[in-house]
This record gives sequence, structure tokens and C-alpha cells, in this order.
Amino acid sequence: MTSRVEAVIDAAKSAGRGVFVGYLPAGFPSIDESVDALLALARNGADVIELGVPYSDPVMDGVVIQRATNRALEKGFKLSALFEILRRATAEIDVPILVMTYWNPVVQYGIERFASDLAASGGSGLITPDLIPDEAEEWIAASDRHGLDRIFLAAPSSTDERLRSVIESSRGFVYAVSTMGITGARADVDSAARALVARLHSQGASRVCVGVGISTADQVHDVTGYADGAIVGSHLVATLDEHGLDALGEQTSILATGLLNARK
Amino acid sequence: MSLRDETGPYFGEYGGRFVPESLIAALDELTDAYLAAKHDLIFQAELAELHRSYTGRPSIITEAHRFAALAGGARILLKREDLNHTGSHKINNVLGQALLAKRIGKTRLIAETGAGQHGVATATAAALMGMSCVVYMGEVDTERQALNVARMKLLGAEVIPVTHGSRTLKDAINEAMRDWVTNVENTHYLLGTVAGPHPFPVMVRDFHSIIGNEARAQLLESEGRLPTAVAACVGGGSNAMGIFHAFLDDEVALYGFEAAGDGIDTPRHAATLERGRPGVLHGAKTYVLQDEDGQTIESHSISAGLDYPGVGPEHAWLRDSGRAEYLGVSDAEAMQALWDLSRTEGIIPAIETAHALAGVLTLARTMNPDDIILVNLSGRGDKDMETAARYFGLLEDKA
Repeated sequence: MTSRVEAVIDAAKSAGRGVFVGYLPAGFPSIDESVDALLALARNGADVIELGVPYSDPVMDGVVIQRATNRALEKGFKLSALFEILRRATAEIDVPILVMTYWNPVVQYGIERFASDLAASGGSGLITPDLIPDEAEEWIAASDRHGLDRIFLAAPSSTDERLRSVIESSRGFVYAVSTMGITGARADVDSAARALVARLHSQGASRVCVGVGISTADQVHDVTGYADGAIVGSHLVATLDEHGLDALGEQTSILATGLLNARK
Repeated sequence: MSLRDETGPYFGEYGGRFVPESLIAALDELTDAYLAAKHDLIFQAELAELHRSYTGRPSIITEAHRFAALAGGARILLKREDLNHTGSHKINNVLGQALLAKRIGKTRLIAETGAGQHGVATATAAALMGMSCVVYMGEVDTERQALNVARMKLLGAEVIPVTHGSRTLKDAINEAMRDWVTNVENTHYLLGTVAGPHPFPVMVRDFHSIIGNEARAQLLESEGRLPTAVAACVGGGSNAMGIFHAFLDDEVALYGFEAAGDGIDTPRHAATLERGRPGVLHGAKTYVLQDEDGQTIESHSISAGLDYPGVGPEHAWLRDSGRAEYLGVSDAEAMQALWDLSRTEGIIPAIETAHALAGVLTLARTMNPDDIILVNLSGRGDKDMETAARYFGLLEDKA
């Protein structure tokens, strides 16, 4: 069965374009504003939303996201608020929301309980930056039980054998890390991204989105020329932080213009 | 089955590799290189020669007669890792990993450090082997261990203060991991303790197991018997695993002493195995000081080297099985032991090590005069003189 995220990607594909995935952290700058920010993403052209769970030790994140998630934690962010934000946002919008979380919060909440509450509050699945398929047996079983997507990461350094395991374990799409490094805007999206996506396709991946380092409409355009979607995080977080909600909406629609005419 | 044969990635339910996919290739490469080196006589001979002619091994055993008399129970024997080059046990692991890094063609070493001992040891190995070196250190720690920062710089390393999070060891590890994810092609992350993703817990333990192997043979030679108990301080747990490992299959009690800070029943401590819960931190499943949402809680200890909210997965496993016992020692108790060892034996221990010494005094009281406690004297106290001088008000005497 095709998941909602897969259906969105497939629909965009038949329309001759890629998808735009926008990331924001939950509870930043506050619970209420965080719900409004998700609505702004959805209403300005985001096809899929990635909602990050603030975590004390985010090893995959650069300074922009670290600063935002730290502030959410300092304001007392709790996992219960994650599900509240999801419920409130999914009541208003149809855009599927994937939760991006480091693994320990899920372990502590309880993998089965997390999956169940995620599904009940309208979430589509999880992106797990520090959980590789080799360690994911329980999550794979729980996500199957609750019909949730599970997005694993593929890296330029991954062997073909590992890429196959990531592809086989993922549902929704495979998250191709554009470069060896952490989140944050980069002037050039690495040629490594194009090579990685090509390798993923040749290993049988049917849906691949590229993330890390993407911050402009031109980059979205380039990336969706060879991948099924482009993921933007730090740039949106910085925009929301420095210029507020309206600017976030504007930047989202500008980035989404990068999707037009990207294919053929 | 021998408890000594555990080779990871799991120790019971603990361990594993909870890291971004970007690092898996490097961890696989390291695992393969380590396993090859472990069985390679040339590598082992090279390391042994470095330990003989550079580290100053084997380290001696000193019986602490006057210190033991304070307890009036068991005999206390000190395994003198403080006499190693660079002043602590840390060099054992560092030389091993640096040799390995060279073997797999890495030219740049990065490391995290808390007390600065591991950073100093890494900077030392980098200087010796002509490699470049970056050390991440929490800003709080750069202040309380300023002398070690100067030592690392003198040795040619770049010291980067980490200014986010709790600005201590755990954040230095996060920052080192971020560096490694970015520069993994030419860089080896020389992790300084038995924590982190596989193969670090098993590899670091193996490089430190020389401590227990030597001590076991030394005791059999001098005493004709094994000790009653073996004790060490535990932060991440490298010096403890190093001395425990040789004794895992023996009828020898094992005690790890954690930093209880202001007290184990206060919110300010670093007693991960006593007050933490199983979770995932820094790439491994292990005990973690955390809130109900899995957010890491800041640890507190007067000793930078024990100020860590996680612990090596093998310790988590030894704790659950009951093979080793882990107990808390407060800042005040540790400082008293530091004072006592200095005054009774003329040996100034590191504050980390003083936690083990305090624990051992309590333990010795419950034992008989023919019992022997072997303690890992993991480091010397020179780096802690400023903290100690302030704590004991010694600077006023001088003025």
C-alpha cells in the first residue's frame, strides 16, 4: 500500500515535478507559533513537512538548528507538546508531517507508545538521523503495526550493500544526505548528492529526497532535477527566527518556485 | 563462557551503533582495521615497544601502608598509572589508536576531553607521530583545567572550546562527532573512553587492558595470590575497564566508584549507573542521566574527568549482571581522600582517582588485614593543583 508521503511524491512526479520538504523544530519559537509556522509552510507550497523534536545532544545538526532546539528545550518543551502540535496542525492541513527525532526520546517514551501516539495525532512517520536499519528492529515492527513511514538516511560514504539495506527498510522515501557533514546552509550542494542519488536509483530506490545544505530556490531546482524532492531546514529556521512568520511564508513560496520546470 | 571474551557490538542489551549513517563506513573501516591489528604481531610489537620506551611501562605497584592504616582493614595496593608519560592511564589507549589511525591512512586526529588528560595524551601522540590534532573541550572545563589547555597548545594541538549545551565533556563529544561526520575521510576520532559506538568500547578497553594484565601478573608474582577486590573510579569508565578486564573471570570483587558530586540524593551528581536509566547517548545504548523525555541531564562533579552523564556499555552490562558493583563518592569525600593520600604516601592523585581512593577506604574498613584491595591510581594530581589549592585554602598560606 502506498503511504501518504509516497502518494504526494508520486503525484508530483506524474505532474513532472519534485516535492519540497520543509523542516521546522517543534516548540520553536513557542508551541503556538510552531503550529502557525507549520501552517505557513503548508499554505505556501511545502509538499511534505518535517517536524523536528528538540533534543539535548543533536549530533547531526549545525548551529542554526542547535540554537533553535535549545531554546525550545529551555522553554520547557516536552514530548507531549509534540503530539499536541501535530494534532493541531494536521486538523488544519492535508500536507503530511514526518517527525524527525534522535532515537533516545523515542526509546524513553516507549517505541510502541510513540508509534501509537504519532499515528493517533496524524503524524505520517519518522525520520531517524541516528538510527540505522541495523538497530531498528523494534521500530520497523511498530511502524508496520501503525502504518507509519520510516525514513532512514543514506550517505555518500555508504556502501552499495548498505544502500540496499536502507532502501529495503525505508518507507516514504530515502533521505539522501547531500554531503559529508551536518545540517546548515552551504553555497554549493555537493556533486556527491547527484552521485548518491544515482547510486540509490541503481540499487532500486523508487523515491529519494535530498537534504542537508540546501537553502535557495536554485538549489531546490537543481536537486529536484535528479531527485524526487529537496529538503530545506536551517534556512527556514533562521528565517523564522530572524524575520518571523510572514517572512517564513514568503521564503517557502520562493523555495517552492524552484520546483517548477525542474524536469525536462 | 568467559566474560573476558565479549567483543561487542553488544554487551548484553547495551552497546551498538546509534550514529548517523555517514559514520558507518568509518566505523566499519575502524572495526576491520582494529581486528586485523589485534592479531597482527608487528602492530602488537610496535605498540609494546612504544609502551616500554615511551610510556614507561610496566607501571609499578606501590603498597599504601600509611594510607591503609587510616581504615585499619585490608591492605591497599596502588597500580601506578599516574607514573605513565603524560600522567595518567589515557596514554595506553591513545598510542594504540594513533598507531591504528596511521595504519588506515588518517592524517588528522580529533579528540574530546574533560579533565584534559585525554586531550593532552592525544596531542602528545599527534606530536610523536607527526599528525595534526584538534581537541574539543567544554568551555567550563577549559577554565577549570587551564593548565592542560596550555599543555595541549604547547604540544601543537588546536584546542576548541565548546560553548553550547552544558559546555562540558558531553558537548565536547557532540562537537567531535560533528567534526568527524564532516571530515571522516582524513580524520580519526580518537575517542578517549569505553563509550561511544562500536568498536570504541571494546577497542578502548582492549588498549587499556594492559593495566589489569600487568597488575594481575605483578600480584601473582609478589603476593602469590589474586587481590580480594579491584577498584577504580568510573566516569566513562576507561581506567576501570582497563583494570577490571583481566579479573572478570576470577573470584575477585570489582568496585567502580562514580562521582556523587554534592551527594547521590541531590540533583547535582554524575552517578550514572546508580541514578541513570538505560537509554541511548553518544552512539551506544547504556545508562544515561536523563529526564522522562530522554533529554540528557547535566551531570555535576568537582572532577572534570568524571563529569559525564553516560557510561561505557560494558559497565552497564557488568552492573546489571552484578559482576561489578558501582557506588557513589561525593566531592567532599574525594577531596578528603586526595588530602589523605598526599599526606600519608607522598602521592598527589588526580581528583578523579581520589574518588576511587575514598571508596576504597570505606571498603577496606569492612575487610580483614589479609585482604588486598588493588586500586587503579589512574592519574596524578598536578593538573588539579589550582582546584585543590582553592579547595583547601592553600594559596592563602603562601601569601
